[in-house]
Amino acid sequence: MIKIENLSKTFTLHNQGGAVIPVMEGANLTVGAGECVALVGASGAGKSTLMRMIYGNYLTAGGSILVGDLDVARAQPREIIRLRRETLGYVSQFLRVVPRVPTLDVVAEPLRALGMDESRARDRAAAMLARLNIPEPLWELSPTTFSGGEQQRVNIARGFVRDYPALLLDEPTASLDTANRAVVLGLIETAKARGAAIVGIFHDESARAQVCDREIDVTGFAPGRAA
Amino acid sequence: MTDAQNSSKNFAKIFPKNLAAQAAPAPLLSVRDLTKSYGAHLGCADVSFDLFPGEVMGIVGESGSGKSTLLGCMAGHLRPDAGAVIFDTRRDGPRDTVTMSEPERRMLGRTDWAFVHQNARDGLRVGVSAGGNVGERLMAVGARHYGDIRAAATDWLGRVEIAPDRIDDRPGTFSGGMQQRLQIARNLVTGPRLVFMDEPTGGLDVSVQARLLDLMRGLVRDMGLSAIIVTHDLAVVRLLADRLMVMKSGHVVEQGLTDQVLDDPQHGYTQLLVSSVLQV
Amino acid sequence: MTDAAYNFAYLDEQTKRMIRRAILKGLAIPGYQVPFASREMPMPYGWGTGGVQLTAAVMCPEDRFKVIDQGADDTTNAVSIRAFFERTAGVAATTRTDEATLIQTRHRIPEAPLRAGQVLVFQVPIPEPLRFLEPRESETRKMHALEEYGLMHVKLYEDISRHGHIATSYAYPVQVEGRYVMDPSPIPKFDNPKLGDCPAIQLFGAGREQRIYALPPYTRVVSLDFEDHPFEASKADHPCGLCGATDSYLDEVIMDDAGRRMFVCSDTDFCGQRQAAGHRGKDAA
Repeated sequence: MIKIENLSKTFTLHNQGGAVIPVMEGANLTVGAGECVALVGASGAGKSTLMRMIYGNYLTAGGSILVGDLDVARAQPREIIRLRRETLGYVSQFLRVVPRVPTLDVVAEPLRALGMDESRARDRAAAMLARLNIPEPLWELSPTTFSGGEQQRVNIARGFVRDYPALLLDEPTASLDTANRAVVLGLIETAKARGAAIVGIFHDESARAQVCDREIDVTGFAPGRAA
Repeated sequence: MTDAQNSSKNFAKIFPKNLAAQAAPAPLLSVRDLTKSYGAHLGCADVSFDLFPGEVMGIVGESGSGKSTLLGCMAGHLRPDAGAVIFDTRRDGPRDTVTMSEPERRMLGRTDWAFVHQNARDGLRVGVSAGGNVGERLMAVGARHYGDIRAAATDWLGRVEIAPDRIDDRPGTFSGGMQQRLQIARNLVTGPRLVFMDEPTGGLDVSVQARLLDLMRGLVRDMGLSAIIVTHDLAVVRLLADRLMVMKSGHVVEQGLTDQVLDDPQHGYTQLLVSSVLQV
Repeated sequence: MTDAAYNFAYLDEQTKRMIRRAILKGLAIPGYQVPFASREMPMPYGWGTGGVQLTAAVMCPEDRFKVIDQGADDTTNAVSIRAFFERTAGVAATTRTDEATLIQTRHRIPEAPLRAGQVLVFQVPIPEPLRFLEPRESETRKMHALEEYGLMHVKLYEDISRHGHIATSYAYPVQVEGRYVMDPSPIPKFDNPKLGDCPAIQLFGAGREQRIYALPPYTRVVSLDFEDHPFEASKADHPCGLCGATDSYLDEVIMDDAGRRMFVCSDTDFCGQRQAAGHRGKDAA
């Protein structure tokens, strides 16, 4: 489902003397359907960078990133837009939404983008919010005013409200209490069971142990190390 | 678990339209080597891109970067010195709107195209009621039934969250945000396929901006609109635009997926632009 | 009685030729506003300088000339224009519509049917029907050229939304031969049906705005409207107090401080002839 080959990444800082900073080299990774792979490595080792490259958020310097049959490293913007709409979900640590839009609509949006009618999409969104224990009185409010944990769960709800064939999870359990953490791990296991390919960053070791099939240490992709 | 599997199988049934859309679509708008200068002063130069149905593209850059000139050339308000603006017309397929006759271009301007001005008063008739403003495009394409026109106007006022009892009020009595929403209703009533927007949230209060952004996002999604939005507000393009084009001194210095350009800018100017945004 | 100090009908021959060319162009393109080099006339703008120039350009010595102002032959404006041409052209004047060959009018079309060979000259204050909604002349010209007339209906829409019906009662816009939208000058909309299929030539002159337009005989003229709010040639729902006519356009006359009023034909010639034929209204002496 996800196949990364010989991936590299550099940052060029044009406004700081044109400094070229290589951050990744020779990265390889394969994630099959129904598999969950954890990216590990010290902070700054490039876990998030790799995730962002898979999502098309960062450009690549070389190599390929196949998600399904699309090479994200070479894809046109519109192909990536479609990939994100139809195939690749992303649960980020940060919530970025239009202010004043009700939480229910924020979560329903991935369904609406696929053409589902409003009431149906909102019903599904409501079910997901309930499952993640977001109190119902908050559903009609904008998540911009929510606590960190609540925002995180809204992000998770968006990522799981429909069955993406591939998912990127950036610290999905980071600021959750035990009960919600269990719900999220359950969602991940369900997604795996239906065949989703998942790449995740989990600092939470026991969560990692519970849902991840393999660990990839991205330190191995640091420039100069790969051989 | 079986639940999830079922819903996965039901996917095709729920979204048949989505599967039909798999075939690669033709671009709705193809801009080729568009160039316009004002005497010795360069407006924009050698701009080329394709816009596909349903896509929203942002154009950012500082004042004088040529983004408004570019928008004007694309929308037929300015005559480019060189280049083509090929639009996929409903009737005759792709046509270069630069070389098509003025009547045809103006017809596009009130049917398949829409233009939302920064200053709502430039896009509204201030001496005409809200209902008349919305109805004008319908009447311009031949609607001659008062009751139908009024019903359409009422419906559209509702869609842009203007109370129906304001239908006979003139735009001058509306707030800035309402005027902008009225302008949008007036433009979208004929079901255009491409909307040009020039700083659509400029000059509005932040809270009003948010509401307008949400409204525009909903309309773009529900009507399957394509849009080109010129703005200097990076937050606006991040929320509205799928793709982004960065202009400096009349040239496109960088273009790509909006979040990619903003989060991993490649050109020095874009890096400067992104790093100059004040964080709240 | 012609004043020999003036050229026939006041204007010099070159000016008349220029105006005649504009008239011919106007007749060739019914409803299209032809620009012309309007001259200063010895009367203020708004008193019919456009109409007077048209009249001067088409007048022949053998013409019988009639002038009406809101239907009346005896108002100041009508009297002075009639006197002007009696003095500068020496033409015979008449008040009778059927006798006249050349009629200059302000804001009315005579009740008596016009016939072939007659010329009706309208005085026009503002020739551009789109003006009130689109003030830019460059834009209105383009709208005429490209037949973009949606705006005209916006005006009628506004009428209905404000009054429940099309309240425009004069200068009611018409479309000529399915092409140009035209302002028929401030005639009551009651007169609009007379514009179409008329055997006489109808000329429109706007002196200040320097425009001439025309309707050749038997031109198709349609008053704009909505399917669900059709055009109606309305008038006050009374018979004439003097001649009893029920089919003529009426003026309302306030009789005293108590608010007593009567309705009389605005066309004085029409009313007078009916009275001469023995017709009597309820207020007739």
